[in-house]
Amino acid sequence: MTKERLHIWWDLFVTFAKMGAITFGGGMAMLPILQREVVYLRHWATEEELIDYYAIGQCTPGIIAVNTSTFIGQKRGGVVGGIVASLGMVFPSLVFISVIAGLISNFSDIAAVRNAFAGIQVCVCVLIFNATLKLLKKSVIDRRTAVIFALVLAGSVVVNLSPVWFVLSSACAGAALKALEVRCQKRSERK
Amino acid sequence: MSYGLILLKLYWEFFKTGLFAVGGGMATLPFLKNIGETTGWYTYGDLMNMLAVSESTPGPIGINMATYVGFTVAGVPGAVVATVGEITPCIAVILIVAAFLRSFRANPWVERVFYGLRPASTGLIGAACVSVFLEVLTGIRIAGSGFVNGVSVSGEHLLLWPQLLLAAVLLALTNAVPKVRDLHPIVFIAFAAAVGIVFRFAGA
Repeated sequence: MTKERLHIWWDLFVTFAKMGAITFGGGMAMLPILQREVVYLRHWATEEELIDYYAIGQCTPGIIAVNTSTFIGQKRGGVVGGIVASLGMVFPSLVFISVIAGLISNFSDIAAVRNAFAGIQVCVCVLIFNATLKLLKKSVIDRRTAVIFALVLAGSVVVNLSPVWFVLSSACAGAALKALEVRCQKRSERK
Repeated sequence: MSYGLILLKLYWEFFKTGLFAVGGGMATLPFLKNIGETTGWYTYGDLMNMLAVSESTPGPIGINMATYVGFTVAGVPGAVVATVGEITPCIAVILIVAAFLRSFRANPWVERVFYGLRPASTGLIGAACVSVFLEVLTGIRIAGSGFVNGVSVSGEHLLLWPQLLLAAVLLALTNAVPKVRDLHPIVFIAFAAAVGIVFRFAGA
Protein backbone atom coordinates (compact mmCIF):
# COMPACT_ATOMS: atom_id res chain seq x y z
CA MET A 1 0.00 0.00 0.00
CA THR A 2 2.63 2.55 1.02
CA LYS A 3 4.90 1.29 -1.71
CA GLU A 4 2.13 1.79 -4.23
CA ARG A 5 1.57 5.35 -2.99
CA LEU A 6 5.26 6.18 -3.16
CA HIS A 7 5.22 4.95 -6.71
CA ILE A 8 2.29 7.25 -7.59
CA TRP A 9 4.03 10.26 -6.03
CA TRP A 10 7.33 9.54 -7.75
CA ASP A 11 5.49 9.13 -11.05
CA LEU A 12 3.77 12.50 -10.54
CA PHE A 13 7.05 14.25 -9.75
CA VAL A 14 8.84 12.83 -12.80
CA THR A 15 5.95 13.51 -15.20
CA PHE A 16 5.55 17.12 -14.13
CA ALA A 17 9.30 17.73 -14.06
CA LYS A 18 9.43 16.50 -17.65
CA MET A 19 6.67 18.93 -18.66
CA GLY A 20 8.37 21.82 -16.83
CA ALA A 21 11.59 21.09 -18.69
CA ILE A 22 10.11 21.12 -22.20
CA THR A 23 7.63 24.03 -21.87
CA PHE A 24 8.80 27.28 -23.42
CA GLY A 25 6.73 30.41 -22.87
CA GLY A 26 4.86 29.82 -19.63
CA GLY A 27 1.38 28.70 -18.62
CA MET A 28 -0.51 29.19 -21.89
CA ALA A 29 2.03 27.23 -23.94
CA MET A 30 1.64 24.35 -21.50
CA LEU A 31 -1.97 23.41 -22.28
CA PRO A 32 -1.29 21.21 -25.35
CA ILE A 33 1.53 19.41 -23.52
CA LEU A 34 -0.72 18.82 -20.48
CA GLN A 35 -3.47 17.48 -22.73
CA ARG A 36 -1.11 14.98 -24.30
CA GLU A 37 0.57 13.76 -21.11
CA VAL A 38 -2.25 13.91 -18.59
CA VAL A 39 -5.38 13.26 -20.66
CA TYR A 40 -4.35 11.04 -23.59
CA LEU A 41 -1.28 9.14 -22.37
CA ARG A 42 -1.95 8.68 -18.64
CA HIS A 43 -5.72 9.25 -18.21
CA TRP A 44 -5.20 11.13 -14.94
CA ALA A 45 -7.97 13.60 -15.85
CA THR A 46 -10.56 14.04 -18.58
CA GLU A 47 -10.44 16.80 -21.18
CA GLU A 48 -13.29 18.66 -19.41
CA GLU A 49 -11.60 18.43 -16.01
CA LEU A 50 -8.37 19.81 -17.44
CA ILE A 51 -10.20 22.80 -18.98
CA ASP A 52 -11.92 23.41 -15.61
CA TYR A 53 -8.62 23.25 -13.73
CA TYR A 54 -7.06 25.61 -16.22
CA ALA A 55 -9.88 28.13 -15.96
CA ILE A 56 -9.72 28.12 -12.15
CA GLY A 57 -5.90 28.16 -12.23
CA GLN A 58 -6.03 31.36 -14.25
CA CYS A 59 -8.36 33.25 -11.96
CA THR A 60 -6.93 32.12 -8.61
CA PRO A 61 -3.78 33.83 -7.34
CA GLY A 62 -0.37 32.46 -8.24
CA ILE A 63 1.41 30.86 -11.17
CA ILE A 64 -1.03 29.22 -13.61
CA ALA A 65 1.24 26.23 -14.35
CA VAL A 66 1.68 25.50 -10.63
CA ASN A 67 -2.04 25.86 -9.91
CA THR A 68 -2.93 23.37 -12.64
CA SER A 69 -0.23 20.93 -11.48
CA THR A 70 -1.56 21.04 -7.91
CA PHE A 71 -5.08 20.27 -9.18
CA ILE A 72 -4.06 17.25 -11.22
CA GLY A 73 -1.63 16.01 -8.56
CA GLN A 74 -4.20 16.12 -5.76
CA LYS A 75 -6.74 14.30 -7.90
CA ARG A 76 -4.28 11.51 -8.58
CA GLY A 77 -2.45 11.33 -5.24
CA GLY A 78 -4.21 13.42 -2.59
CA VAL A 79 -2.70 16.42 -0.80
CA VAL A 80 0.83 15.00 -1.00
CA GLY A 81 0.25 14.32 -4.70
CA GLY A 82 -0.65 17.99 -5.25
CA ILE A 83 2.50 19.16 -3.49
CA VAL A 84 4.73 16.64 -5.27
CA ALA A 85 3.35 17.52 -8.73
CA SER A 86 3.99 21.24 -8.13
CA LEU A 87 7.51 20.60 -6.87
CA GLY A 88 8.12 18.53 -10.00
CA MET A 89 6.88 21.38 -12.19
CA VAL A 90 9.33 23.92 -10.67
CA PHE A 91 12.32 21.57 -10.32
CA PRO A 92 13.74 22.06 -13.87
CA SER A 93 13.46 25.87 -13.52
CA LEU A 94 15.51 25.74 -10.32
CA VAL A 95 18.28 23.79 -12.05
CA PHE A 96 18.33 25.68 -15.37
CA ILE A 97 18.08 29.18 -13.92
CA SER A 98 20.67 28.58 -11.19
CA VAL A 99 23.18 27.37 -13.80
CA ILE A 100 22.41 30.21 -16.25
CA ALA A 101 22.38 32.90 -13.54
CA GLY A 102 25.77 31.70 -12.33
CA LEU A 103 27.17 31.80 -15.86
CA ILE A 104 25.78 35.26 -16.67
CA SER A 105 27.12 36.85 -13.49
CA ASN A 106 30.58 35.54 -14.50
CA PHE A 107 30.36 37.04 -17.99
CA SER A 108 28.64 40.33 -17.13
CA ASP A 109 31.91 42.33 -17.37
CA ILE A 110 32.36 41.53 -21.06
CA ALA A 111 31.41 44.50 -23.29
CA ALA A 112 29.45 42.38 -25.78
CA VAL A 113 27.32 40.88 -22.98
CA ARG A 114 26.50 44.34 -21.59
CA ASN A 115 25.60 45.66 -25.06
CA ALA A 116 23.47 42.57 -25.73
CA PHE A 117 21.49 43.05 -22.51
CA ALA A 118 20.97 46.75 -23.28
CA GLY A 119 19.34 45.62 -26.54
CA ILE A 120 17.41 42.83 -24.82
CA GLN A 121 15.94 45.32 -22.32
CA VAL A 122 14.29 47.17 -25.20
CA CYS A 123 12.72 43.89 -26.31
CA VAL A 124 11.50 43.20 -22.75
CA CYS A 125 9.77 46.61 -22.81
CA VAL A 126 7.85 45.58 -25.91
CA LEU A 127 7.03 42.13 -24.50
CA ILE A 128 5.60 43.64 -21.29
CA PHE A 129 3.62 46.14 -23.36
CA ASN A 130 2.15 43.34 -25.50
CA ALA A 131 1.28 41.29 -22.40
CA THR A 132 -0.52 44.30 -20.93
CA LEU A 133 -2.52 44.77 -24.14
CA LYS A 134 -3.56 41.11 -24.18
CA LEU A 135 -4.64 41.21 -20.51
CA LEU A 136 -6.45 44.49 -21.09
CA LYS A 137 -8.81 42.87 -23.59
CA LYS A 138 -9.71 40.14 -21.09
CA SER A 139 -9.99 42.19 -17.90
CA VAL A 140 -11.43 45.57 -18.94
CA ILE A 141 -14.89 44.55 -20.08
CA ASP A 142 -17.02 47.59 -19.20
CA ARG A 143 -16.83 51.16 -17.87
CA ARG A 144 -16.36 50.16 -14.22
CA THR A 145 -13.47 47.79 -14.88
CA ALA A 146 -11.93 50.54 -17.05
CA VAL A 147 -12.09 52.93 -14.07
CA ILE A 148 -10.49 50.35 -11.73
CA PHE A 149 -7.72 49.75 -14.30
CA ALA A 150 -7.04 53.49 -14.76
CA LEU A 151 -7.07 54.22 -11.00
CA VAL A 152 -4.67 51.37 -10.17
CA LEU A 153 -2.35 52.28 -13.05
CA ALA A 154 -2.18 55.96 -12.10
CA GLY A 155 -2.06 55.24 -8.36
CA SER A 156 0.73 52.73 -8.72
CA VAL A 157 2.86 55.18 -10.75
CA VAL A 158 2.26 58.17 -8.43
CA VAL A 159 2.05 56.58 -4.98
CA ASN A 160 4.86 54.54 -3.45
CA LEU A 161 2.83 51.63 -2.01
CA SER A 162 3.03 47.83 -2.07
CA PRO A 163 0.93 46.27 -4.90
CA VAL A 164 -0.80 44.20 -2.19
CA TRP A 165 -2.93 47.21 -1.17
CA PHE A 166 -4.08 47.89 -4.72
CA VAL A 167 -5.06 44.22 -5.14
CA LEU A 168 -6.99 44.10 -1.84
CA SER A 169 -8.88 47.36 -2.40
CA SER A 170 -9.81 46.40 -5.98
CA ALA A 171 -11.12 43.03 -4.84
CA CYS A 172 -13.39 44.83 -2.35
CA ALA A 173 -14.43 47.42 -4.96
CA GLY A 174 -15.26 44.71 -7.52
CA ALA A 175 -17.32 42.72 -5.02
CA ALA A 176 -19.19 45.83 -3.82
CA LEU A 177 -19.95 47.09 -7.34
CA LYS A 178 -21.23 43.72 -8.53
CA ALA A 179 -23.31 43.17 -5.39
CA LEU A 180 -24.83 46.63 -5.79
CA GLU A 181 -25.69 45.86 -9.42
CA VAL A 182 -27.48 42.64 -8.43
CA ARG A 183 -29.41 44.52 -5.73
CA CYS A 184 -30.48 47.26 -8.14
CA GLN A 185 -31.61 44.68 -10.65
CA LYS A 186 -33.76 42.92 -8.05
CA ARG A 187 -35.31 46.22 -6.98
CA SER A 188 -36.23 47.21 -10.53
CA GLU A 189 -37.73 43.76 -11.09
CA ARG A 190 -39.98 44.22 -8.09
CA LYS A 191 -41.30 47.50 -9.51
CA MET B 1 21.06 41.31 7.91
CA SER B 2 22.31 37.80 8.64
CA TYR B 3 22.08 35.12 5.95
CA GLY B 4 19.31 33.26 7.80
CA LEU B 5 17.25 36.44 8.11
CA ILE B 6 17.69 37.20 4.41
CA LEU B 7 16.35 33.73 3.53
CA LEU B 8 13.40 34.25 5.89
CA LYS B 9 12.61 37.65 4.34
CA LEU B 10 12.92 36.14 0.83
CA TYR B 11 10.41 33.44 1.74
CA TRP B 12 7.95 35.98 3.18
CA GLU B 13 8.22 38.42 0.24
CA PHE B 14 7.67 35.64 -2.31
CA PHE B 15 4.85 34.14 -0.25
CA LYS B 16 3.06 37.50 -0.55
CA THR B 17 3.83 37.62 -4.29
CA GLY B 18 2.35 34.16 -4.85
CA LEU B 19 -0.72 35.04 -2.82
CA PHE B 20 -1.54 38.41 -4.40
CA ALA B 21 -0.33 38.14 -8.00
CA VAL B 22 -3.36 37.20 -10.09
CA GLY B 23 -2.99 36.22 -13.75
CA GLY B 24 0.27 34.31 -14.06
CA GLY B 25 3.97 35.09 -14.44
CA MET B 26 3.85 38.68 -15.70
CA ALA B 27 1.56 39.63 -12.79
CA THR B 28 4.44 38.97 -10.38
CA LEU B 29 6.54 41.71 -12.03
CA PRO B 30 5.09 44.69 -10.06
CA PHE B 31 5.69 42.73 -6.84
CA LEU B 32 9.29 41.87 -7.74
CA LYS B 33 9.90 45.53 -8.64
CA ASN B 34 8.53 46.54 -5.25
CA ILE B 35 10.77 44.01 -3.45
CA GLY B 36 13.84 45.38 -5.27
CA GLU B 37 12.93 48.96 -4.37
CA THR B 38 12.25 48.34 -0.69
CA THR B 39 15.19 46.00 0.02
CA GLY B 40 17.79 47.32 -2.43
CA TRP B 41 18.70 43.73 -3.34
CA TYR B 42 18.66 44.46 -7.10
CA THR B 43 17.86 47.32 -9.50
CA TYR B 44 15.03 47.53 -12.00
CA GLY B 45 17.60 47.02 -14.77
CA ASP B 46 18.73 43.76 -13.13
CA LEU B 47 15.11 42.64 -12.93
CA MET B 48 14.58 43.25 -16.64
CA ASN B 49 17.62 41.16 -17.51
CA MET B 50 16.18 38.39 -15.32
CA LEU B 51 12.83 38.68 -17.11
CA ALA B 52 14.56 38.34 -20.49
CA VAL B 53 16.39 35.18 -19.37
CA SER B 54 13.17 33.81 -17.82
CA GLU B 55 11.32 34.21 -21.12
CA SER B 56 14.13 32.46 -23.01
CA THR B 57 14.49 29.38 -20.81
CA PRO B 58 12.05 26.48 -20.37
CA GLY B 59 9.59 26.47 -17.47
CA PRO B 60 6.84 28.81 -16.20
CA ILE B 61 8.01 32.47 -16.43
CA GLY B 62 6.86 33.35 -12.91
CA ILE B 63 8.82 30.46 -11.43
CA ASN B 64 11.91 31.26 -13.51
CA MET B 65 11.84 34.85 -12.26
CA ALA B 66 11.41 33.80 -8.62
CA THR B 67 14.33 31.40 -8.96
CA TYR B 68 16.50 34.06 -10.62
CA VAL B 69 15.73 36.75 -8.03
CA GLY B 70 16.33 34.26 -5.20
CA PHE B 71 19.64 33.17 -6.73
CA THR B 72 20.74 36.80 -7.18
CA VAL B 73 19.98 37.61 -3.54
CA ALA B 74 21.27 34.48 -1.78
CA GLY B 75 22.67 31.86 -4.17
CA VAL B 76 21.19 28.39 -4.69
CA PRO B 77 19.50 28.28 -1.23
CA GLY B 78 17.92 31.64 -2.07
CA ALA B 79 16.64 30.27 -5.38
CA VAL B 80 15.00 27.32 -3.60
CA VAL B 81 13.53 29.46 -0.80
CA ALA B 82 12.08 32.11 -3.17
CA THR B 83 10.52 29.49 -5.44
CA VAL B 84 9.05 27.44 -2.59
CA GLY B 85 7.78 30.68 -1.01
CA GLU B 86 6.01 31.65 -4.21
CA ILE B 87 4.33 28.26 -4.74
CA THR B 88 3.27 27.71 -1.10
CA PRO B 89 0.15 29.92 -1.34
CA CYS B 90 -0.66 28.57 -4.85
CA ILE B 91 -0.69 25.00 -3.55
CA ALA B 92 -2.65 25.90 -0.41
CA VAL B 93 -5.29 27.88 -2.32
CA ILE B 94 -5.78 25.17 -4.96
CA LEU B 95 -6.01 22.37 -2.38
CA ILE B 96 -8.74 24.33 -0.60
CA VAL B 97 -10.55 25.15 -3.86
CA ALA B 98 -10.32 21.52 -5.00
CA ALA B 99 -12.06 20.39 -1.82
CA PHE B 100 -14.99 22.72 -2.54
CA LEU B 101 -14.80 22.71 -6.33
CA ARG B 102 -18.54 22.71 -7.01
CA SER B 103 -19.51 25.35 -4.49
CA PHE B 104 -16.47 27.47 -5.45
CA ARG B 105 -17.62 27.81 -9.04
CA ALA B 106 -21.24 28.41 -8.06
CA ASN B 107 -20.48 31.05 -5.41
CA PRO B 108 -21.43 34.51 -6.78
CA TRP B 109 -18.90 36.28 -4.51
CA VAL B 110 -15.98 34.56 -6.23
CA GLU B 111 -16.94 36.03 -9.59
CA ARG B 112 -17.61 39.44 -7.98
CA VAL B 113 -14.18 39.60 -6.35
CA PHE B 114 -12.41 38.61 -9.56
CA TYR B 115 -14.40 41.21 -11.48
CA GLY B 116 -12.37 43.84 -9.58
CA LEU B 117 -9.14 41.84 -9.29
CA ARG B 118 -8.52 41.32 -13.01
CA PRO B 119 -8.43 44.99 -14.11
CA ALA B 120 -6.35 45.83 -10.99
CA SER B 121 -3.77 43.20 -11.88
CA THR B 122 -3.63 44.59 -15.43
CA GLY B 123 -3.29 48.13 -14.04
CA LEU B 124 -0.31 47.07 -11.92
CA ILE B 125 1.41 45.50 -14.92
CA GLY B 126 0.57 48.63 -16.94
CA ALA B 127 2.28 50.79 -14.30
CA ALA B 128 5.33 48.50 -14.38
CA CYS B 129 5.26 48.90 -18.15
CA VAL B 130 5.35 52.72 -17.81
CA SER B 131 8.39 52.62 -15.52
CA VAL B 132 10.12 50.10 -17.81
CA PHE B 133 9.60 52.36 -20.83
CA LEU B 134 10.94 55.40 -18.99
CA GLU B 135 13.90 53.44 -17.62
CA VAL B 136 15.02 51.91 -20.91
CA LEU B 137 13.95 54.44 -23.55
CA THR B 138 14.37 57.78 -21.75
CA GLY B 139 16.40 59.53 -19.05
CA ILE B 140 13.30 60.08 -16.91
CA ARG B 141 13.07 58.14 -13.63
CA ILE B 142 10.19 57.60 -11.24
CA ALA B 143 11.23 56.61 -7.74
CA GLY B 144 9.95 57.08 -4.24
CA SER B 145 11.42 57.35 -0.79
CA GLY B 146 8.32 58.71 0.94
CA PHE B 147 4.65 58.03 0.25
CA VAL B 148 4.53 59.86 -3.07
CA ASN B 149 6.90 59.07 -5.95
CA GLY B 150 9.07 61.78 -7.46
CA VAL B 151 10.17 62.32 -11.05
CA SER B 152 13.78 63.05 -11.94
CA VAL B 153 15.67 63.45 -15.20
CA SER B 154 19.10 61.82 -15.23
CA GLY B 155 21.79 61.70 -17.89
CA GLU B 156 22.36 64.12 -20.73
CA HIS B 157 19.76 62.56 -23.06
CA LEU B 158 16.06 62.88 -22.39
CA LEU B 159 15.17 60.48 -25.20
CA LEU B 160 17.39 57.57 -26.26
CA TRP B 161 16.78 57.50 -30.02
CA PRO B 162 18.46 54.18 -30.97
CA GLN B 163 16.48 52.41 -28.23
CA LEU B 164 13.22 54.10 -29.27
CA LEU B 165 13.79 53.10 -32.89
CA LEU B 166 14.44 49.45 -31.96
CA ALA B 167 11.31 49.47 -29.75
CA ALA B 168 9.22 50.78 -32.65
CA VAL B 169 10.57 48.09 -34.99
CA LEU B 170 9.93 45.33 -32.41
CA LEU B 171 6.45 46.67 -31.67
CA ALA B 172 5.60 46.50 -35.37
CA LEU B 173 7.13 43.02 -35.78
CA THR B 174 5.33 41.54 -32.76
CA ASN B 175 1.92 43.03 -33.59
CA ALA B 176 1.50 43.92 -37.24
CA VAL B 177 3.50 41.47 -39.35
CA PRO B 178 1.59 38.21 -39.98
CA LYS B 179 3.49 34.97 -39.26
CA VAL B 180 6.38 36.93 -37.68
CA ARG B 181 4.20 38.05 -34.74
CA ASP B 182 3.45 34.42 -33.82
CA LEU B 183 7.13 33.56 -33.40
CA HIS B 184 8.40 32.66 -29.93
CA PRO B 185 9.63 35.66 -27.83
CA ILE B 186 13.12 34.14 -27.78
CA VAL B 187 13.47 35.07 -31.49
CA PHE B 188 12.83 38.76 -30.77
CA ILE B 189 15.08 38.68 -27.70
CA ALA B 190 17.91 37.23 -29.83
CA PHE B 191 17.30 39.88 -32.50
CA ALA B 192 17.41 42.68 -29.91
CA ALA B 193 20.61 41.26 -28.42
CA ALA B 194 22.26 41.25 -31.87
CA VAL B 195 21.18 44.87 -32.50
CA GLY B 196 22.48 45.82 -29.03
CA ILE B 197 25.90 44.32 -29.78
CA VAL B 198 26.23 45.77 -33.31
CA PHE B 199 25.18 49.30 -32.32
CA ARG B 200 26.84 49.20 -28.85
CA PHE B 201 23.67 50.03 -26.89
CA ALA B 202 25.41 50.07 -23.52
CA GLY B 203 28.21 52.23 -24.91
CA ALA B 204 30.66 49.51 -23.88
